[in-house]
Amino acid sequence: MTIINYDQRLVTSKNPYPKGPNDWKRFFSFNTDAKVIGIQYIVTALFFLLLGGLLGMLVRGELITPPSDLFDPTVYNGLYTMHGTVMLFLFLFPMLSGLTNLLVPPMIGAPDMAFPKLNALAFWLVPVFSIILLLSFFVPGGPASSGWWSYPPISIQNPLGKMINGEMLWITAISLSGISSIMGAVNFVTTIIRMRAPGMGFFKMPIFIWTVLAAQLLQLLGLPALTGGAIMLFFDLSFGTSFFRIEGGGDPVLFQHFFWFYSHPAVYVMVLPVFGIFSELFPVYARKPLFGYKFVAVASFGITILSLVVWVHHMFYTGTPMWMRNLFMFTTMLIAVPTGVKVFAWIATLWGGNLRLSTPMLFCLGGLFNFIFGGITGVMLATVPVDIHVGNTYFVVAHFHYIIFNTIAFGIFAGIYHWFPKFTGRMFYEGLGKVHFALTFVGATLNWLPLHWAGLLGMPRRVASYDPEFAIWNVIASIGAFILGVASIPFILNMVSSWVRGKAAPPNPWKAIGLEWLLPSPPPHENFEDDIPTVLNEPYCYGLDKPFVQDEQFYIDKSFKKH
Amino acid sequence: MLSDNESPTINHIPGHVKHDGHNMTGFIIFLCSESIIFFAFFVGYGILKVTAPVWYPEGIDGIAVKEPLINTVILVSSSFVIYFAEKSLHKKNLWGFRFIWFITMLMGSYFVYGQYIEWSELSFSLQSGVFGGMFYLLTGFHGLHVITGILLMGLMLYRSFLPNNYKGGEMGVESVSLFWHFVDVIWIILFVLIYLWQ
Repeated sequence: MTIINYDQRLVTSKNPYPKGPNDWKRFFSFNTDAKVIGIQYIVTALFFLLLGGLLGMLVRGELITPPSDLFDPTVYNGLYTMHGTVMLFLFLFPMLSGLTNLLVPPMIGAPDMAFPKLNALAFWLVPVFSIILLLSFFVPGGPASSGWWSYPPISIQNPLGKMINGEMLWITAISLSGISSIMGAVNFVTTIIRMRAPGMGFFKMPIFIWTVLAAQLLQLLGLPALTGGAIMLFFDLSFGTSFFRIEGGGDPVLFQHFFWFYSHPAVYVMVLPVFGIFSELFPVYARKPLFGYKFVAVASFGITILSLVVWVHHMFYTGTPMWMRNLFMFTTMLIAVPTGVKVFAWIATLWGGNLRLSTPMLFCLGGLFNFIFGGITGVMLATVPVDIHVGNTYFVVAHFHYIIFNTIAFGIFAGIYHWFPKFTGRMFYEGLGKVHFALTFVGATLNWLPLHWAGLLGMPRRVASYDPEFAIWNVIASIGAFILGVASIPFILNMVSSWVRGKAAPPNPWKAIGLEWLLPSPPPHENFEDDIPTVLNEPYCYGLDKPFVQDEQFYIDKSFKKH
Repeated sequence: MLSDNESPTINHIPGHVKHDGHNMTGFIIFLCSESIIFFAFFVGYGILKVTAPVWYPEGIDGIAVKEPLINTVILVSSSFVIYFAEKSLHKKNLWGFRFIWFITMLMGSYFVYGQYIEWSELSFSLQSGVFGGMFYLLTGFHGLHVITGILLMGLMLYRSFLPNNYKGGEMGVESVSLFWHFVDVIWIILFVLIYLWQ
């Protein structure tokens, strides 16, 4: 068995599409190839990132001055509701489904997903519910305006008395999004359990696969609870039932339980694959084995299990009894343990490594830095007295965005840059990538760091006007938001121009270990087809005397021969 | 899962890796997830029942158990009947399978009919307080699953007349049978919650 030296190979490929159909039309068709579906998801999600970002900038534009002058407060309510909904359900979930679709089959050596047609159906639901959601801008009364959590009694008001209203369209869109996610989750879990390459036991899977499995199991366990709650909310809104209507004997807090039972784990559904991306990228760019591989892998499931019993920490101030508050404070803080295991493993991986500060690594490092910060404010918020003090202020908004954008979106960008050459067959422009990172990091920090202070001083969230004493923090935050808007320009420029006329990518431009890097760039239709490699070790043995797969040289030669 | 670690040569798997063969795994995962919706409704029912200041709508202090009990017995016994249908298919007794399968469909249809009769005789509606909403939501959502099950059984019955029905049909029959057991178990919990816990 020879040990492969990853640093020997040079770029030789010329035509990135030696065989595969280089036809843009397939991205607009009901294609069942996971790689096409993955790109469909990602491009759709990036479009909605721009839309959600635009809504976010409108919100920040309103908040740059203390009085409510840019929009009517009612319009403002619709804007932040739709900003949150678009970002979570139209950007983040489709984006992560896209990355999962692209990466899972090649990483485990499967030809495709277990149910390709179901996969395509799950994707094509995304434009359907997106259009339903966006149509709500044009119905009388405007879009849903009760915040992304849609708490009753506000969400079941229906003042105009129309059957089709913004809130009804919102619930419909969210339920369809849930159906799409469940289809995806069934597919991902089945694929990972049943279709791994020979020799790839659970403890030889890449961490990304571990985290996807953990996240998708969480979808399967949690999402139906939200769907159940949404059905009941829909009945209350449209058919006059009184599940959550206090005057009919119902209980509005019950909806909060349904909502948070899923929507807290939903954050882990989003952050777990990003932890996976961090765990994949740090070893590659530090040229060191992942520290504590097995612990990092198992910690993903620790997070999954714990995250199902923490949801009441969102409800400390909604009449929750004291014993329940203490219990959920305890479980919430326990989550810091598996998360801490991961953070320590990443730092130990970086320690003494030969760091290569390319764009994906910069996004990873930025994401890790922000995650440690957001994690600490998370522990603060888990503490009942602190939470009761700062609950529903901008401190919560700031913490949430530190996780959802400054960690998750950073990780997503890192993943996009890292695997861009693999799936497009083209290299991106490193300089533009670095500009994108610098603008994103500066913009995100300016946007959300000051809001911690505004929140600690007591600025409530979800208001269009505020006391002038908070003005300074809001001005800085708005400037940060506009810088983030500008940051999308180098990103789009980079992605489009690289894909059209970038330099052809070799099979393994980052000299990384992993099944996907044994394939040509872009991988052929069914990945390894008949020659599925036998996996011998986990894909993190950088600098170790441990072969990754049997006859690795055969696959490397084969991946080059395609060109 | 193939584990060929000892073999010195590359592991050549003959032919393309098949996409099918995972249907049962996928279906079981889906059912686990589907049961969470019912679980959410059941928990909601329990919490509202314990905490609501007014439970039954005005003029009602309970709900009749006798007819629903007959319905329950029929639905639960159909779970045994469908088992024998599946068994005759495994024994390649195709007509036996079709006959017993059809009986299961009839039993399911009787259940839906009984549910319809019960609904039409009730004096309260969906809007009658928390109980009214919960009652129609739970029985209606379960009823939708029963109807889905009957339609799926009809599809399998149709497929049993197509050539090569043993090839692809068997997995479908097993899945539908599993679905029917699932619908049954849900009904037992539902019956206990709504009719027995008064």
